[in-house]
Amino acid sequence: MLRYTLQRFLLMIPTLLGTSILVFALFALMPGDFFSGDTKLTQERLDQLREAYGLNKPVVERYFTWLGQLLRGDWGFSMQYNLPVSTVISNYIWNSFIVSFGAFIIAWALAIAVSVYSSRHQYSFGDRAITFVVFALMSLPSFFVGLVLIKVFALNLGVMPVGGLITTGSNYTGAAYWFDVIHHAILPMLVIVCVNFGPLTRYFRTSMLDTLGMDFIRTARAKGLSEASVVGKHALRNAMLPAITLLGFRLPALFSGAIITEQIFSWPGIGRIQFESVTTRDYALLMSITMLLACLTIVGNFIADVLYTLADPRVRITRSKEASR
Amino acid sequence: MSSRLPFATRRKNAERDAELAGALDRSARTRGGSLWRDAIHAFLRNKTAVAALIVLLAIVLISYVGPFLSPWGINDYDVMNMKQGPSAEHWLGTDSYGRDVFTRVMYAGRISIAIGLISMLVSVLFGAVLGVVSGYFGGWVDGVTMRIADVVLSIPSMPLMFIIAALLSAFKVPAELKVYFVIVMLSFVGWPSIARMIRGQVLSIRERMYVRAADVLGLGTGSKLFRHILPNTYPILIVEATLATANGIMNESALSFLGLGVSQPIPSWGNMISAANNLIDFQMHWWLWVTPGLAVFATVISINTIGDRLRDAFDPKQYA
Repeated sequence: MLRYTLQRFLLMIPTLLGTSILVFALFALMPGDFFSGDTKLTQERLDQLREAYGLNKPVVERYFTWLGQLLRGDWGFSMQYNLPVSTVISNYIWNSFIVSFGAFIIAWALAIAVSVYSSRHQYSFGDRAITFVVFALMSLPSFFVGLVLIKVFALNLGVMPVGGLITTGSNYTGAAYWFDVIHHAILPMLVIVCVNFGPLTRYFRTSMLDTLGMDFIRTARAKGLSEASVVGKHALRNAMLPAITLLGFRLPALFSGAIITEQIFSWPGIGRIQFESVTTRDYALLMSITMLLACLTIVGNFIADVLYTLADPRVRITRSKEASR
Repeated sequence: MSSRLPFATRRKNAERDAELAGALDRSARTRGGSLWRDAIHAFLRNKTAVAALIVLLAIVLISYVGPFLSPWGINDYDVMNMKQGPSAEHWLGTDSYGRDVFTRVMYAGRISIAIGLISMLVSVLFGAVLGVVSGYFGGWVDGVTMRIADVVLSIPSMPLMFIIAALLSAFKVPAELKVYFVIVMLSFVGWPSIARMIRGQVLSIRERMYVRAADVLGLGTGSKLFRHILPNTYPILIVEATLATANGIMNESALSFLGLGVSQPIPSWGNMISAANNLIDFQMHWWLWVTPGLAVFATVISINTIGDRLRDAFDPKQYA
């Protein structure tokens, strides 16, 4: 078990390195940099600035400088915001986290509840209706859902704000502030729930159906356990095992911020920062954010692996056997 | 000497034989021939699948034939009549330049569907070949290919497409060529998952008897790979390709919405929605953005339904 975990941990390193090379290569390829957008600078001044910021060195040297800085904790300097990249990121990333975390809780709770119902009443009208809704949600582009929600709830009915983090010009503090933030977060959360609910429900439903067909469920029923206990305790726990891997993939999603949703709702999150840094060519910021997301994905995979091995003894034994071969 | 089993047993045996014969008869009917015929049969028997297929064909037909039948061009500026609601002349009204919305939606269908299809074909081609090669040969080829696939997969698809789109916009590509770059972007993001899936399939296929037989017959590697192993992955490949097309159309509309995909004046469902995403149009002239959105929805849901039913149709567990 330990050996397997160690192997997987060591495998992360070349993947991380490879990702850093890909990310850096993509940016090094771009013609122009932050300064080329400024037409007022003379060529001489441009050269001076580039020299000062080290932008005129050869690509390979810049890559290793950047990598060294990253490993030492220096994430670079954002030229657009005139702040260290880590400050910029930490200012905005928690806004994205609020929406993502709320959506995660709601989507998973709903998906588990619906999949339990659906698997118990397979082929019933409710099940078919749910399947259709799931399909429909998976086929709707997220920005369209967002726009429709804004039109209906914010403009026609007027119960929700159109966008932003807080009501403009307001000066709330404490609980009132948080109420305002949550009020503004409801529609973005709803959009993300709509996007995630479909695939999740399908996954959980398949898993539950498979589990409910297994022999140990028959044994549990034969023992005389209540249906609630059979389904809610025994079946559900076993069916949720593969969902642990999904949890590992949640980690990058929690911090990545849905770029489209944040655009539509003008939500000041990390996704919008990414989008803006693309248009302003603030590569230091963009590179660090991309690298952060890639690292979170890789680490998330690793955690999912480890969690799954911990949770399922059958997997643990198989994997430790493979690892020690 | 005939076996004089007790009457009850003989009758039971006779009933069982009759039942088996009936079952064989039935299966002989369904097992008309190959896997393909069975799959098509199963697919066409399902009502939702047929309905989805009809809807999809209708959309494709309208997109490709419609603009020829429409009296309006896609770039016929008519500023006198701009921003009008649906009427007898303009079935879906006009946009802010006076262009007929219905014609634009139809033409945009060509663009969006074509981009989805072509990007799917490229990523399937790339992914399938890489998957087969790395699954069959194993070793360092497999290691390297899968590492690269992992690296591409570890960057979330939207930000990755962003960055590539920014790269391309920095090179100042003219609007007509942007369509091709969108295809490249979508294929780049799509091939790793197909490669991984095919590789997994190949790992199990190459242990099967008919591959050993091909070995014994002395077939060349290329022939073995592409005429024996790869065709056995076709069922899953087709299902994945269908779903990849739907994804491609959705991603293209998202990219165009953000301004990173197809740009005006070439209409795409995504950029029509973003063009209407301003204060006035959004509230007052809802037909400008709801129609392209519904068009995307209808196309994608029918493709998804077809893919799902195909998966069921190919499932050998159905023919118990």
